[in-house]
Amino acid sequence: MASLVGSRVERKEDGRFLQGKGRYTADINIANQTYAIFVRSPHARAKIKSVDTSKALKSSGVVGVLTGKEIAEDKIGGLIAGWAIRSEDGSEMKVPANPPLAKDIANFVGEPIAVVFAETLDEAKEGAEKVKVDYKVLKAVVDPADAMKSEAIHDGVDKNLCYDWLLGDRKAVDEAFAKADKIIKVDLINNRLVPNAMEPRACVVDYNTASEEITLYTTSQNPHLSRLVMSAFGGVAPENKLRVVAPDVGGGFGSKINVYNEEIVCSWASKKIERPIKWVAERTESFLTDTHGRDHVTHAELAVSNDGKFLGFKNETIANLGAYARVFGTVTPTYLFGPCATGVYTIPAAYSNVKAVYTNTAPVDAYRGAGRPEATYTIERLVEKAAMELGIDKTEIRMKNFPSEFPFKQTLVHTVDSGDYVAGLEKAKQMADYAGFEARRKKSEANGKLRGIGVSSYFEACGIAPSAAVMSLGCGVGLWESAEVRFNPTGQISVFTGAHSHGQSHDTTFAQIAADELGVPMENVDVVHGDTDKGTFGMGTYGSRSLTVGGIAIVNACKKIVAKGKRVAAKMLEVNEDEIEFKDGEFVALKSNKKKTIGEVAFACYLPGQRDEMKSPIPEGDEPGLIESSFFDPANFSFPAGSHICEVEIDPDTGNVKVEKYTAVDDFGRIVNPMIVEGQVHGGIAQGIGQALHENTQYDETGQLMTASYMDYTMPRADNFPEFNLGFTCTHATSNPLGVKGCGEAGAIASPPTVMNAVIDALGGQEISMPATAEKVWKACKTMKKSNAKAA
Amino acid sequence: MTKVTLEVNGKKVSKEVPDHTLLSVFLRDNLNLTGTHVGCDTSQCGACVVHVNGKSIKSCSTLAADIDGSKVTTIEGLAKNGKLHPMQEAFKKTHGLQCGFCTPGMVMSAVDLLQTKKNPSEQEIREWLEGNICRCTGYQNIVAAVKEASTKM
Repeated sequence: MASLVGSRVERKEDGRFLQGKGRYTADINIANQTYAIFVRSPHARAKIKSVDTSKALKSSGVVGVLTGKEIAEDKIGGLIAGWAIRSEDGSEMKVPANPPLAKDIANFVGEPIAVVFAETLDEAKEGAEKVKVDYKVLKAVVDPADAMKSEAIHDGVDKNLCYDWLLGDRKAVDEAFAKADKIIKVDLINNRLVPNAMEPRACVVDYNTASEEITLYTTSQNPHLSRLVMSAFGGVAPENKLRVVAPDVGGGFGSKINVYNEEIVCSWASKKIERPIKWVAERTESFLTDTHGRDHVTHAELAVSNDGKFLGFKNETIANLGAYARVFGTVTPTYLFGPCATGVYTIPAAYSNVKAVYTNTAPVDAYRGAGRPEATYTIERLVEKAAMELGIDKTEIRMKNFPSEFPFKQTLVHTVDSGDYVAGLEKAKQMADYAGFEARRKKSEANGKLRGIGVSSYFEACGIAPSAAVMSLGCGVGLWESAEVRFNPTGQISVFTGAHSHGQSHDTTFAQIAADELGVPMENVDVVHGDTDKGTFGMGTYGSRSLTVGGIAIVNACKKIVAKGKRVAAKMLEVNEDEIEFKDGEFVALKSNKKKTIGEVAFACYLPGQRDEMKSPIPEGDEPGLIESSFFDPANFSFPAGSHICEVEIDPDTGNVKVEKYTAVDDFGRIVNPMIVEGQVHGGIAQGIGQALHENTQYDETGQLMTASYMDYTMPRADNFPEFNLGFTCTHATSNPLGVKGCGEAGAIASPPTVMNAVIDALGGQEISMPATAEKVWKACKTMKKSNAKAA
Repeated sequence: MTKVTLEVNGKKVSKEVPDHTLLSVFLRDNLNLTGTHVGCDTSQCGACVVHVNGKSIKSCSTLAADIDGSKVTTIEGLAKNGKLHPMQEAFKKTHGLQCGFCTPGMVMSAVDLLQTKKNPSEQEIREWLEGNICRCTGYQNIVAAVKEASTKM
């Protein structure tokens, strides 16, 4: 039987999505439901003096109005930071309380203050207009670079500093720098982004007054985690009285990891008003209150020798957490960032120092890549600048500093199990016709255009798991993943996974894996996810972990099915277990060549009795049925890596940057479905090009979000991109039996520095910050013209 | 309240709705045709694109009452007799969708492109789809889907 793993299998989920049959949260309606509208702070920082709900309560159709006072009285807990990070001096991080409805103070524009429930959406909106909040507006802290010098916005958080974290050895770095021929320096801003999943956040809550169970339908990447947080920290309901369903979810990119205020409030309120509740965010609400990404201010230095060897690296970063620390807020700029900041290079000495600050802006958390794009941008800008200043070819300087063997003990934390960085870069050079670039540059010049080429080589630590590692670094939970495989009596198989698909194609990929393991047609396998009432438990999908952790749990559960099947088949075929071989869905007695299909064995597993001639096939000590589960917790992260090359052409008259060519060569280990992997890479590259050239989140000095709709925030469109040219190399991961590494984030990690290196190359080395908009580039072109004229 | 009568996916429907009811709301809330999605409120994202009298429009910025008497086709009405439309087939074949949220609008917009222009170039496809935002695919396989469909339609 041909292996499904490795095949370009069309997706099982497409039929429903292409015919409008997807079932997203906003598509769900429950009889007798009310509609929720949140009253949100219009100020970035303000004391809440009073909230008057009397007029709203009398408004037509209004069923109830609840505020921070009631939620505090009911002792409903707030939102949490998932990772405890310690400062360099050993002190604990400072985390302010984040109540679901602000009672005393509002800390960002859009923070919910009260909620109105009404019979119709229009009536809820009208009721919300009538809630009168008396604010005392305070001076907002907006710029992360100034936050430590500003008034503290949270009680007990001196200098607005959450932590001052260090990874690495300052003394060793100083010594390395003292021996260097040259120090390369960069000052970088990693621009703040809004993840912008196309489906706005939403929740529908149904409280069953008989069973006292709350069912929450929500736009979540990790429904079990939502239930855990809402139960353990929110006290909304015991876990066994809270069912969280994340049905079809329209993209996440990190912004749907967190449990949000609205979900906690509506779940709590549904029990209080004894009515179902529906809430759907408008796009501007999403802009204001979804967690944002990136937002670093970085100074970094690379010590080099004249022949291009890297000797030392230092990185001083201020990371903006926004108003509150959320689930991945504190780890994204530390352990997801610092260890990767030395990139794919052997650098003898390094440190990363990160000061995470609070500001009166929306909370900042994981966004596709989470910390690793910021890290890659830092090192790859330095490397490119080093090549330019030392007059060494940009690919040669990288090759010179790649590790010579694997496992590669990376400078700060990770031991990278496998890779071949030279092969990746060589392949990228060939595919991009790197050698032919100068001719293309001259051709552009002849047309009055500026052409540049940029390279970046990256690695990332993903497959976010090893519980032992992440818990030692401060994670509040273990990050294993679970699976349950149910072989039903009639031959159909249900695979339950704790991972969650919101575009990643698990229905297909996981079915490919399970079908291969069990030797059955893929059509017989259904993948079930996203419902805490179905399957075991799960930590959800983020950090390119679904396949590397969740997929392996499925493999292991399938192996248990086969192991039991062997015992049962042996009894059915009246031979010893070690005389049975399992191949292509059949248990074969080696000597007699008698066979039982896995379907027959499964059916027999449900018939444990004896009647007439038929004997029980269940061996002594085994139980009936054919259902197995597995929790997989790998020994290490996985480490995808690769090299990307981009060519841009700039029109100096308009400042317009055109991405002419984009080549990506990635090593994701073994690939289950090349078609799906390519799609993941395309999407990641597009988001990274968006960061480099188009997207920016802008607050004004009072903390008003200036880019709060698609009119003002530039989302990349189809005509912003060329066709991306993809290639792959393959070294297997050693930390899991499939040898897979994960592919979800790589594109977004590698592409911002690749594009910016190309833009800066075209501008003759002139530094420019992301996003390289036409205005900035046009100004840089003018400066370049002036300095060229002077030189002449 | 206004009485709105439309022919939606070949079926005549008539509903009394508030005057300000948007076509997207009419389809989703009054007819339970939830395949038409709403991804923004400013007529930018295109998840809500449907056909009105054969032409693609954004249903989130169209009043239902304004198109009274029109023929509307939504994503639910594209497949005929259980057979996918060539554009739907092409999206499946080329992996032109991931999370599926922008997909209904993207497909409806792309169908109108091929009705308007038989064999569009890659650049023409990219420019036509400028009013449809996708966050997952980087558009590459969507463009491939439209090219693929153009050989079948």
